[in-house]
Amino acid sequence: MGRIEINAALCKGCYLCIEACRKKHIEIDDRLNVQDVLPVRVIPGTECTACPRCAMVCPESAIEVFHD
Amino acid sequence: METKVFARPKSLTDVTTHYCPGCGHGVVHRLVAEAIDHFGLRDNTVGVASAGCSVMMYKYFDVDTLEAAHGRALATATGIKRTHPDLTVFTYQGDGDLASIGLAETIHAANRGEKITAIFVNNAVYGMTGGQMAPTTLPGQKTSTTPAGRTKAREGSPLRMAEMLSQLDGVAFCQRVAVYDPDQIYEAREAIFRAFETQLEGLGFAFVEVLSACPTNMRMKPIDGQHWVEESMCKFYPLGTFKDDDA
Amino acid sequence: MERCERKTLTMGNIAVAEGAIQAGCRAYFGYPITPQNEIPEYLSRRLPEVGGIFLQAESELASINMVLGASAAGTRVMTSSSGPGISLMQEGISFLAGSQLPAVIVNVMRCGPGLGGIKPTQADYFQATRGGGHGDYRTLVLAPNNVQEMFDFTVRAFELADKYRNPVLILADAILGQMKEPATLVPEYPPLDFDKTDWILNGAHQRPARNLRSMYLEDDDQEDLNYVLQRKYERMEQDEPLAEERWTEDAGLLVVAFGTSARVARAAVTQARNEGIRAGVFRPITLYPYPRAALRALGERIKRMLVVEMNCGQMLEDVLAIVPPDVEVRFHGRPGGGVPTPDEILEKIKES
Ligand SMILES: Cc1ncc(C[n+]2csc(CCOP(=O)(O)OP(=O)(O)O)c2C)c(N)n1
Ligand code: SF4
Ligand code: SF4
Ligand code: SF4
Ligand SMILES: [Mg+2]
Repeated sequence: MGRIEINAALCKGCYLCIEACRKKHIEIDDRLNVQDVLPVRVIPGTECTACPRCAMVCPESAIEVFHD
Repeated sequence: METKVFARPKSLTDVTTHYCPGCGHGVVHRLVAEAIDHFGLRDNTVGVASAGCSVMMYKYFDVDTLEAAHGRALATATGIKRTHPDLTVFTYQGDGDLASIGLAETIHAANRGEKITAIFVNNAVYGMTGGQMAPTTLPGQKTSTTPAGRTKAREGSPLRMAEMLSQLDGVAFCQRVAVYDPDQIYEAREAIFRAFETQLEGLGFAFVEVLSACPTNMRMKPIDGQHWVEESMCKFYPLGTFKDDDA
Repeated sequence: MERCERKTLTMGNIAVAEGAIQAGCRAYFGYPITPQNEIPEYLSRRLPEVGGIFLQAESELASINMVLGASAAGTRVMTSSSGPGISLMQEGISFLAGSQLPAVIVNVMRCGPGLGGIKPTQADYFQATRGGGHGDYRTLVLAPNNVQEMFDFTVRAFELADKYRNPVLILADAILGQMKEPATLVPEYPPLDFDKTDWILNGAHQRPARNLRSMYLEDDDQEDLNYVLQRKYERMEQDEPLAEERWTEDAGLLVVAFGTSARVARAAVTQARNEGIRAGVFRPITLYPYPRAALRALGERIKRMLVVEMNCGQMLEDVLAIVPPDVEVRFHGRPGGGVPTPDEILEKIKES
């Protein structure tokens, strides 16, 4: 199984990662970040396969992916 | 034991970019930084920035960088590489920069076989100046200076740079890739790695054309920008390896 | 200053090219144009001999930007051209100035405007001394008037370029480039070297990454850069003005001329002296920074001046701005490839 870490401060809110994730593991947060955009967050209770499609498409390199 | 399978490359600085949400430049920056990390080049690389949205790349790459005049990046890079052949030199240029105002510098650097890696971000518009027509703007594409769409009769057809440059003897590696989805981004990474490897092996000029979205000037949501690259740009600009001297 | 040892008959352009080699120039990028082709031709042979790089570029636009790249990486580098080529280089010279990069640019002036012709001129004085390209910048400008100076000033130009991290222009012309005179192609002293390790781009090895640029978009950064440049130009104006004076002690009339015009003026003034006319010559060697203080001091006591140029009165504007208002300034100029003769100038001296 896998896990992602999102650096919310770097997030630009393009949501390409949400589109890229086949596991529907990512959603839009409800609090603005330092850049005044709504970043993304992990949806609790959903799973991650560490594939790592979300990180691949992120233009800000804001996502890191872990595998165990 | 948990392992990190995807890390932010070390050759990227820890700052947010000024790029618009969903802009392809960010992904291409990361791929270049990954190549620099992969080949251990952080300490002996000079990147040459061009006029365009990526002009501030000095903030994002943790390597030495030089700002070139609009279109002249490959001449400037030639000056560095010829006098310092041990440095790894790459240019990072938009379509206006590389294929319009700098076309002569591009063709001649490529033809001389300068041992430089040229990263060419083709987003079919002039991003920085507000979405005017680029030499790569698609037929029929509306821009702020082709309000009724580009026509062959008036503006001519778009330039296919990868095809053109692959004709030149000095070009050792030439590939067109796109960054609209994860699979294509993997391909793009491979190509950019090969382009740096080509320089390290001293084979000649290495060129990667990256089809990339400028959602802001296309007036699209980021995801629609990706789809536009896939559906419209890739149709006009076939992806593929046009030359690989080492293959 | 006389170095009679080992004098050889040398063409002006060759003196420039060998001066560059002796100064430690190890890269040249250029595009052919008459009347300076001997410079690239000579260097295409000579630079490889000393481990340097010669590359014929596809244009002057490419040349000057290759120069910028080589300079940023720490190499002593030069280009040369004339008229239309120097015009094409102006954008790059502006970038060099804005990015604070040293380079030596040789303009062997040919007459214009436009394609013009290959005859000599001094019509690029404005372009050279006012910056030439866009933005508030200056280039140091040295004006040789014989083959020895073509050599010596080229050596000096590399020192000044590195000292100030600024482009330096050699402003010669078709006559100086093509003429042959005995000259010593050995520098008077080992050319000065400047430590560049704290600014060049040579890979961020054991140090933070660096950037060289002319664009500063944040806050007042671009204004700040301009003040940094202006302070540099003030230092140049303080330390670098250079002029040659002849027969000025008792002169009642002063001929002001640079380069080839100054040579002709000196011949005319010699003749005038033979005829009992107390004339003198003031020859600015640095056209920027202009030797203002020296000329102003002469203007305090010499109340008649004759400016001679191979153009329609460009340096004249500087002279008028510098000398006290009670100095009567006359002008004699020959544009479009014309060269004044000593007799012409002598006549003007007699009229003045
Ligand atoms: C000589 C000159 N002309 C025009 C400009 C203005 N300018 C800056 S960037 C640019 C076009 C950039 O487009 P592109 O190269 O496609 O890069 P993008 O912003 O799309 O990444 C233009 C026209 C300039 N900087 N210099
Ligand atoms: S690594 Fe794969 S599964 Fe995990 S969040 Fe990213 S895209 Fe989804
Ligand atoms: S792709 Fe990156 S920048 Fe875009 S929303 Fe996801 S984390 Fe944020
Ligand atoms: S204008 Fe276009 S190219 Fe420029 S940063 Fe925005 S999306 Fe990217
Ligand atoms: Mg573009």
